[in-house]
Amino acid sequence: MAVMTYREALNEALREEMQRDPDVFLMGEEVAEYDGAYKVSKGLLAEFGDKRVVDSPISELGFTGLCVGASMAGLRPVVEFMTFNFAFLAIDQVINNATKMYYMSDGQFPMPIVFRGPTGAALQLSAQHSQACETYYSHAPGCKVVTPATPADAKGLLKASIRDNDPVAFMEGELLYNIKGEVPEDEDYIIPLGVADLKNEGSDVSIITHGKMVHVALQAASKLEKDNINADVLDLRTIRPLDMDAILETVKKTNRVVYLEEGWPYAGTGAQIVAMIQEEAFDHLDAPILRVTQADIPMPYAKSLEILAKPSADRVVEACKKVLYR
Amino acid sequence: MAETKTRKKSGKKGDVLAGYGVSPELALDLLRDMLLYRRFEEKVEEAYAIGSIGGFCHVHIGQEGACAGSIKPLREDDYVVTAYRDHTQAIAKGVHPNAVMAELFGRVDGASGGRGGSMHVYDKSCRFMGGHGIVGGQVPLATGFGWKIRYADEDTVAVVYMGDAAVNQGGFHESLNMAAVWDLPVIYVVENNGYGMGTAFSRVSKTDMSAKPVPHGVPASVVDGQDVLATYAHFRELIAEVRGGGGPRFVDLQTYRFRGHSMSDPVSGTYRPTEEVERRKAEDDPIAILRDKLLAGGHLDQAALEEMDVEARQIAQDAADFAEASPKPDPSTLYDHVWAEINENGRLFFDGRDR
Repeated sequence: MAVMTYREALNEALREEMQRDPDVFLMGEEVAEYDGAYKVSKGLLAEFGDKRVVDSPISELGFTGLCVGASMAGLRPVVEFMTFNFAFLAIDQVINNATKMYYMSDGQFPMPIVFRGPTGAALQLSAQHSQACETYYSHAPGCKVVTPATPADAKGLLKASIRDNDPVAFMEGELLYNIKGEVPEDEDYIIPLGVADLKNEGSDVSIITHGKMVHVALQAASKLEKDNINADVLDLRTIRPLDMDAILETVKKTNRVVYLEEGWPYAGTGAQIVAMIQEEAFDHLDAPILRVTQADIPMPYAKSLEILAKPSADRVVEACKKVLYR
Repeated sequence: MAETKTRKKSGKKGDVLAGYGVSPELALDLLRDMLLYRRFEEKVEEAYAIGSIGGFCHVHIGQEGACAGSIKPLREDDYVVTAYRDHTQAIAKGVHPNAVMAELFGRVDGASGGRGGSMHVYDKSCRFMGGHGIVGGQVPLATGFGWKIRYADEDTVAVVYMGDAAVNQGGFHESLNMAAVWDLPVIYVVENNGYGMGTAFSRVSKTDMSAKPVPHGVPASVVDGQDVLATYAHFRELIAEVRGGGGPRFVDLQTYRFRGHSMSDPVSGTYRPTEEVERRKAEDDPIAILRDKLLAGGHLDQAALEEMDVEARQIAQDAADFAEASPKPDPSTLYDHVWAEINENGRLFFDGRDR
């Protein structure tokens, strides 16, 4: 095990997969000479050259479509979005082309491609730069969605995503890049898609979440401990494929669920999970499931407002107490 | 680079083909191709009228010369991708007419197994990379094929067709810019029939078509798509230039559609007068233009022409019969090919199927 940042873990995953497979290349804004807007691609240009680490023009639709075409023709592109906020310009190429090509062509064109970059809010970036974009992608059949929360997960899941034969939206977090953690050094360290991870073990209530919110859930769990409430914190890690077995297991254990997510509530990931739990584990619930989400508003700039709009550990604690009727 | 070609009227006997560098055999092949496209699309119209084909359906009648002339000089391993008016381009690139028709009928023997329909014919084996339904959506894809060609050091080229309306999409301009910056072997072809659905190009563009690639540094040319020999000669030269490392090209391939935008539209109406359509049909039919040249040049007689037409009609009829006989997709295949990789863990389907 080595201790490294989430950023370094992603960098290692990219480096190892590019060493392993000459068809893997990285394209995006500032990924090469600038070493990446968030330095995730640091050093890759020097190692792999400008054929495989490619600075694109600021043309999200264009370079995304180019990479979708390259995937269709047999390469394995990794597209870096400086943030997923900018990927809205490219979403036609992702949804209409990348995710449907295999089906429309009756299986003639597998589409191995990773779209990666940070999603969700950082600090005071206001409405256009602060939105969680997972559900736009998980909504579409044909798109896998991966949301790693820790350095180890970032590495193992990115490697799995690059090796996967379908389009993967791989969603990082600006505020995660600097967090440190232990990461296995094995070159074949892979975390298979579709396996959730119990990040904290408890028995009283289940906090189910994904991505950056795992850390908020863990803070909430330690606060709850002071009141002798032990929370399961289940990190989904991937939203498609979804580890429903792990969800049902924690529901059946605690019978009380809070879904925590960074995005908006309407048709969010939590809405989907809640629907599935009530369909498949209704009799195991002792309370209605509550959701903690971003406030249902565009993100405000002012610090005093932004803090109110984001999900917080305190709001999770409050929701957990509600489902426990405390 | 290739110069603008103008229509050569039927000349003196014997020299009608000389200016194009096209042999009589090749010219007859092009005529045969165009006749097939015409008869195939007429069969499509018939089948649509009786309900054998559903959904949106766009035929190529009137634009056969643009199709035949531009695809003929390509190799099988060159890439072609197009918009939703894709039937005859698929056939030109090597997809069997039976597979195209069966796709339109939504049958298992269709090029896309009945999953794509009229707008989404694919055949990987001959690098026909699909018909695409979002205006201009295929243009960045072709740029990616060009990227792959460079990446893999292939000596192939990619040709992308789009309607004239597609040049107003951002993806077109982003693609040309990248192709120019990276010197990609892509030929961007506007099948310019003058109308984006019912909107005349002049109503939605202040500049001429020839101006569109100029800001991106992509060389432009224009060719008369109703003159299949001119189109062939033009593309033969362009393809050689691009294959030789000349970088991307843009072609204003001027043509005219003799039918409505799709099966649900009238041929003429509020957006173009009947007289215009009738005049163009009389003067600019690509099949008639080549036929007259070949007849005048003594390369074809009436009997051979009729025989050729009978063959074309037969292929179209055979395609319809084949499509009709082909089974409908089995309900058990509904979920096939959503995912190329079914992961061992987790659910991929959320409609209850995975429960």
